[in-house]
Amino acid sequence: MKKQLRVDPVACAGHGACAELLPELVMPDEWGYPIVAGQPVPRGLQREARRAVAACPALALALRRVA
Amino acid sequence: MTGSLTLPYPPLAHGGPPPGTPGPGGMPRLLPESGAVPVDLASHLAGHCAFRFARGREDLLREAEAAGLTGRGGAAFPVARKLAAAAKARAAPVVVGNGAEGEPASRKDRSLLWISPHLVLDGLQLAAQLAGSRATVLYVQRNERLHARLAGAIAERAAAGIDAASVELVPAPDRFLAGEESALAGRLAGRPALPAYRPARGLPRLAPGRAALVQNVETLAHLALIARYGAAWFRTAGTAAEPGSMLVTLHLADGRASVAEVPLGVSMADLLGLDPGRARPAMAGPAGAAPAGAGPANAVIPSTAGPVQAVLVGGYHGAWLPAAEAARLPLANAALHPLGAAVGAGVLAALPAGRCGLAETARVARYLALESAGQCGPCFNGLPRIAVALERLAGPRPDRSARADLERWAGLVTGRGACHHPDGSVRFIRSALRVFAAEAALHEQGRCAGTDTRPFLPVPASAPASEEDWS
Amino acid sequence: MTGITHTTALWYASRATGVVTMLLLTAVVVLGILVNRQGRLPGLPAFAVTGLHRNVSLLAVAFLVIHVVTAIVDPFVTIGLAAAALPFASAYKPFWLGLGAISLDLIAALILTSLARARIGRRAWRGIHWLAYAAWPLAILHSLGSSTGARSGLELSVLAGCVLATAAGLTWRLSHAARQVPRAGRAAAALREAPAREAMR
Repeated sequence: MKKQLRVDPVACAGHGACAELLPELVMPDEWGYPIVAGQPVPRGLQREARRAVAACPALALALRRVA
Repeated sequence: MTGSLTLPYPPLAHGGPPPGTPGPGGMPRLLPESGAVPVDLASHLAGHCAFRFARGREDLLREAEAAGLTGRGGAAFPVARKLAAAAKARAAPVVVGNGAEGEPASRKDRSLLWISPHLVLDGLQLAAQLAGSRATVLYVQRNERLHARLAGAIAERAAAGIDAASVELVPAPDRFLAGEESALAGRLAGRPALPAYRPARGLPRLAPGRAALVQNVETLAHLALIARYGAAWFRTAGTAAEPGSMLVTLHLADGRASVAEVPLGVSMADLLGLDPGRARPAMAGPAGAAPAGAGPANAVIPSTAGPVQAVLVGGYHGAWLPAAEAARLPLANAALHPLGAAVGAGVLAALPAGRCGLAETARVARYLALESAGQCGPCFNGLPRIAVALERLAGPRPDRSARADLERWAGLVTGRGACHHPDGSVRFIRSALRVFAAEAALHEQGRCAGTDTRPFLPVPASAPASEEDWS
Repeated sequence: MTGITHTTALWYASRATGVVTMLLLTAVVVLGILVNRQGRLPGLPAFAVTGLHRNVSLLAVAFLVIHVVTAIVDPFVTIGLAAAALPFASAYKPFWLGLGAISLDLIAALILTSLARARIGRRAWRGIHWLAYAAWPLAILHSLGSSTGARSGLELSVLAGCVLATAAGLTWRLSHAARQVPRAGRAAAALREAPAREAMR
C-alpha cells in the first residue's frame, strides 16, 4: 500500500527530528520547517518513515494512504 | 470602514453600457430594480412567487444541479455537490451563510445582506431543509447597523412564522481569513477564527460528529431564486459552462466603487468602462526613453473614469492583468484560468495610469502578511519577508537580491500552509511582477512611472495584535 | 527472628531504587523541557533528545516498579499491594506513601498515553502530558516524607540536586514563555525582523 508523508503545518514547530531521521525525503527550509517530498514513500524507507513519524515531538508528521 | 456600510447599488452613473443582458427576466435578480433601497419582508413576499421547485429535497437538489449553480464565495465549487454531501451526512450539519467577506476590496456580500436579506434568509432555510437541519447560522462581519438590520429581518420572519429552522446571527472578526471555511468552523465552535489543518476534504467540522454546510450568502440568495423560478430560468443568464448572474464589486479608475449584478461572461471592458479601441502606449516616466529589456510597458486604455494601465481580477488572492488584455476578456473562468486568473468573488479594480503598480501591490502584500494566522512556520515567516522584498522592489534602485529572494520565498511558502493564504498571496504578487515588469525595470534605474502616490487599493489601517482580534 | 537480613536488604533496595527513580524522573522532566525548547545536548542530534527523554522515562518506570515491589514484599512494613496505586491505602505512613501512589498513577497515565499517542490524538495526549508537572513534585514530597528518621546526607544532597535541576529547567521554560511572541504577533514580528528597505544610494 502506497503511503505519503504529510506534515500538519499548524502542529509543526520546526523541531527537525523528521529531517534528521529521513533526509532522503525531508529537508528543512531556512526557518527549520520540513519540506516533504510529494512522492509516495519507497518501500525501502517505510520503516524509517514510521520511525520519523513516531519521533516527532509535536505529532505533526503522519503517513497517509495515497488518495 | 465600520461607518460606511455599503455602497450605493449602481445605477449606471458612470454612463457605461448596462451591466445586465436583456432577456427573459434580465437583470438585476438578487437586487431590486429600485437600487439600494432595502427590501423589507412584505415587499419581498410580494415581489416573489412561492417555492415552485422545492416541493421536496430531491426536487431542489435536482434543480440546483440542473442550474449549475456554483459557489459565489470565490472557489466556485458546485453547490449541488456540497448540498448532496450535507444531505448524506450522518448527523444533520449546521447550515451556515457565510457573509464574513474578509476581502477588503469586496463589498457585495454586505450590500446583498443590507438590501436583500430575505433572499439570503430564504436560501438559508432551503439549505437547512436539504441538509435536514433545524439550526442555521448567519456569519456576518462585525457591523452594528448591519447586524441590527439582520436581527430585525430574522425577527420579522420569526413573527410571521415562515422559518422552520432557527437562525443565529454570529459576528465574524474583521480578518481577511475570517471567512475561510475551517476558520469559520473554529469561530462557531467558540474558538478564534483560525484556519485548521484539514487533511481530509469534506464538510468542515465544528466538533467530532458535528459538521457545517457553509455557503456564501450570495450563493444562498441564488438558491432562493432557483427554488422559485427553476434551473432553466437561472440559465437564461451567463454562459453554458458558467451559468447565472453574480454580484461584482467594481473599483473604477477615478476611485469610485460600486456593486453591480451582472451575468457571467459579461465583457470586463463594459464593466469598467474601458475603451480598448483608443489604447495608447504607456508613458515611460519623466525621463522619456523606454527602459531596455523589460518588454513593452502596459498600453494605457482610456475608460469613462480615466486612463487605466492594469486590472486586478479576483481580489487580493487574484491576479493582475494588463488593461489591454482585460479589455478583451469576458468575466468567466473559461477565459481567465488559462491566464492564471479567476473570477473569484467578483472584485475588479482598474488601476489608473499614474500609479505605481508595484507600490500598490507592496502595500497589499504587507496587509496580507499581517493577516497571516501565525500558525504555520512557512507562512508567518515567508509572507512578511516577501512583502518586505516587494517593498524594496517598489522603491528606487532595489538591491540585486530582492527579486531572487522574493522568488525563493514564494516557492517556499506555496502549498505549505494549512490554508490557501500563502498560495493566493503569492499568485497575486507574482502576477504583479509579470504585469509591472516594465515598472520594475524603471525602478532599477532609479526611476518610476508613477506620479500619483496616493493609495488606490483599499487596505485596512489597523493590523491584528492580539487573540481578541481573531475572535 | 528470621528475616532481619532479608528485611534489611529489601528495605535498602527499596530506598536505593527510590532515589534512582527520583533522579531518573528529574532527568525526564529536564529532558522534556529541553525537547520543548528545542534545546540540544552536545554532540547529539535533535531526535536523540526526544529519544533520550522517552528511554529515560521507561528506565524510570523500571526502577519505579522495583522500588514499589520491594517495598510491598518487605515484611517489616505493612504496605499492601493496593497501596501502590491507591492513595493512602497503606498502613505504614499512609499520607507520604499516598503521595507516591498518586504520583505513580499519574506516571502510569503519562506512559500509557504516550505509547498510544498516535491513536488518542494530539490534544488528548498533550492535555495529559501536562500532569508531569504534578507527578514530579508529588514524587519529591513522597521521597522527603517516606524516608525513615536517619536520612543520609547523600540522599538529601541528591534530592536537593533534583530540586535545583528542575527549578532551573522550569525557570528556563517559564522565562521563554513570558518572552515568546504570541501567535497573533508572529507575522508582525517577522515583518520587523526582515531586512529593512535599503537606504537610497
